Amino acid sequence: MTFSSDKPNMIEFKDVHKYYGDYHALRGITATIKAGEFFSLLGPSGCGKTTLLRTIAGFEGISSGAVLIDGKSMENVPANVRPTNMVFQSYAIFPHMTVGENVGFGLRKDPRSKAEKAAAVEEALAMVGLKGYGGRAAHALSGGQRQRVALARALILKPKVLLLDEPLSALDKKMREHMQVELIKLQRQVGITFILVTHDQEEALVMSDRIAVMFEGEIAQLADPETLYRKPASRKVADFIGTMNFLPAKILSEAGGKAEVETPGFGRFTLDVEDQITGKPSEGGPTVGFRPETLTILFDGQTAPDHESPATITEVVYYGDMTYYDIKLDGSDEPLRLSMRNVFGRPVLDIGTRTRVAWAPGALVLFR
Amino acid sequence: MKFSALKTYAIVYLIFLYAPIVLLPIFAFNDSKVIAFPLSGFTTEWFSQMWQDDLLFRAVKNSAIIAVSSAVLATCLGVFGARASTRFRFPAKAGIMGLIMLPMVLPEMIISMSMLVILLGIGVPLSLFTIIMGHVLITTPFAVAILSSAFQSLDKSLEEAAYDLGETPLSTFRLIILPLVMPGIVSSLLICFTISIDEFIIAYFLGGNQTVLSVYIYGQFRFPAKVPSILALGTILVGLSILLLTIAEYFRRRGIAKTGGKDTGGFL
Ligand SMILES: Nc1ncnc2c1ncn2[C@@H]1O[C@H](COP(=O)(O)OP(=O)(O)OP(=O)(O)O)[C@@H](O)[C@H]1O
Ligand SMILES: [Mg+2]
Repeated sequence: MTFSSDKPNMIEFKDVHKYYGDYHALRGITATIKAGEFFSLLGPSGCGKTTLLRTIAGFEGISSGAVLIDGKSMENVPANVRPTNMVFQSYAIFPHMTVGENVGFGLRKDPRSKAEKAAAVEEALAMVGLKGYGGRAAHALSGGQRQRVALARALILKPKVLLLDEPLSALDKKMREHMQVELIKLQRQVGITFILVTHDQEEALVMSDRIAVMFEGEIAQLADPETLYRKPASRKVADFIGTMNFLPAKILSEAGGKAEVETPGFGRFTLDVEDQITGKPSEGGPTVGFRPETLTILFDGQTAPDHESPATITEVVYYGDMTYYDIKLDGSDEPLRLSMRNVFGRPVLDIGTRTRVAWAPGALVLFR
Repeated sequence: MKFSALKTYAIVYLIFLYAPIVLLPIFAFNDSKVIAFPLSGFTTEWFSQMWQDDLLFRAVKNSAIIAVSSAVLATCLGVFGARASTRFRFPAKAGIMGLIMLPMVLPEMIISMSMLVILLGIGVPLSLFTIIMGHVLITTPFAVAILSSAFQSLDKSLEEAAYDLGETPLSTFRLIILPLVMPGIVSSLLICFTISIDEFIIAYFLGGNQTVLSVYIYGQFRFPAKVPSILALGTILVGLSILLLTIAEYFRRRGIAKTGGKDTGGFL
């Protein structure tokens, strides 16, 4: 999943600010997107994802800072000459044209012959799995087909960057999951930089080489999916991506990349904080966070390789392959989520069962 | 029964509305100078009499020139107005749009009087051109209203997509916006044409010595002998109106079918 960082820079944001009247929509965005990368902008509604994407396309001017594409400043470069193409959320298929005319629209000023252009259209349609659809009326397509037409229409111009604004949000779940895979394949095949806007964290994790998590016009964390999941930079990021448990923590001492921490339930332990990203201090004091799958219930005879704590099961949700437990550690009132893969011969425990859970300091993240 | 009372009312209402129009062709083919029942016989004499009326031809020609020019000019202005009001924000927008729409409800008498005073004051001779000016003034609000709804239903990202694919704002307008609002443009042309062709007050005030159809027809009613040939003319106008509406409806439906939109009844 890791993306080689020796690739050249494709997009550079340098302290980009954007105001809509008094409203500060982008607050000092600084980031670099590499050539050939599948990059996602992830964040809740209204955080400025679309605005940031549109500053790349040139539909939105910026109030200060700079946007560079392939090393060139995009100041005063209008959208119609930028080396980017966009797949719109509504797909923006021209309803009065055929599928072929839609896909070939961008070739209007192309000096190639008619036959060559027709071949290019056919090739683009084949690439998105719509071979032979060229003559169809564009308005008579299904949602998934429109999305493919929009992709083909944008890709036929061989842009340096393809911008996608929530391209899958209008599709049903099954179609969406199918198109996620298709998009990843397509991106590998054409090698173009893809920048995807989404508010679906799962989609971002599945598809991206790197993800920028945005809140309120700022990038809270920019990292690969694994880092984002394992080492979120703040409680807010951790909350937004997947499920995370939190316990209030007291930092007793800190030296040489090690911290002595105490929490209710886990007690006192030493935490390696050298490789931890120190984000903004969270409200309500420091906490430690950990994912549900990093806790394990210990059955009779099992011992923890690292640490273990006594706990009580307060809720059981059975999912077939997985069981989700809510537990309370002795000495703590925080309900914690724990997930266990169901293996043959292992019972599903009942509510109220007293048990022991294993945990490891290496899986804990300290939020100051 | 309540239901049948309503039914009777509806039928009487429709008869009241359309009977006079139905009478037009009946008396146009009636072999008598007196407009009264019983009918005396069939004739096409009134049509040939009408056909030989040079003044009538001149009035028709004038009306056609005025109506076509007003419809085209008002629709062009309407495109600008509708585009501005649906796509852009500018200071005092509500006030400006209100002033553009005002002639729709302003009595034509006031418009024609004030225009007459000013035109005479600055020495512009009254002609077909001055009538066209007046008609553009009163038809533009209708054009703006019809076209605004056409522009309103246009997805902004269609324009952005065309722009993104390398078109200029101008070619985007020509290739994307114009074809998609074409049904609205056709509606606007027809409505403006219709308003202009049967407009009387402005044409009467600002026409000078140029006579248009409505003014001519009104004048002819002073001569009872001329009335049957006027009815013949009326019959032809009714026929043309029906033809025009049919054509308009055909284009509207075709436009909708082509873009796969939903039929919402249309303006006509
Ligand atoms: N043209 C505009 N004028 C004024 N405010 C705007 C404009 N466009 C966006 N905004 C505001 O800027 C903020 C960011 O908008 P943006 O569309 O970028 O959000 P987003 O992250 O894409 O959200 P969503 O997931 O809902 O699409 C929002 O609060 C929005 O109201
Ligand atoms: Mg958005």
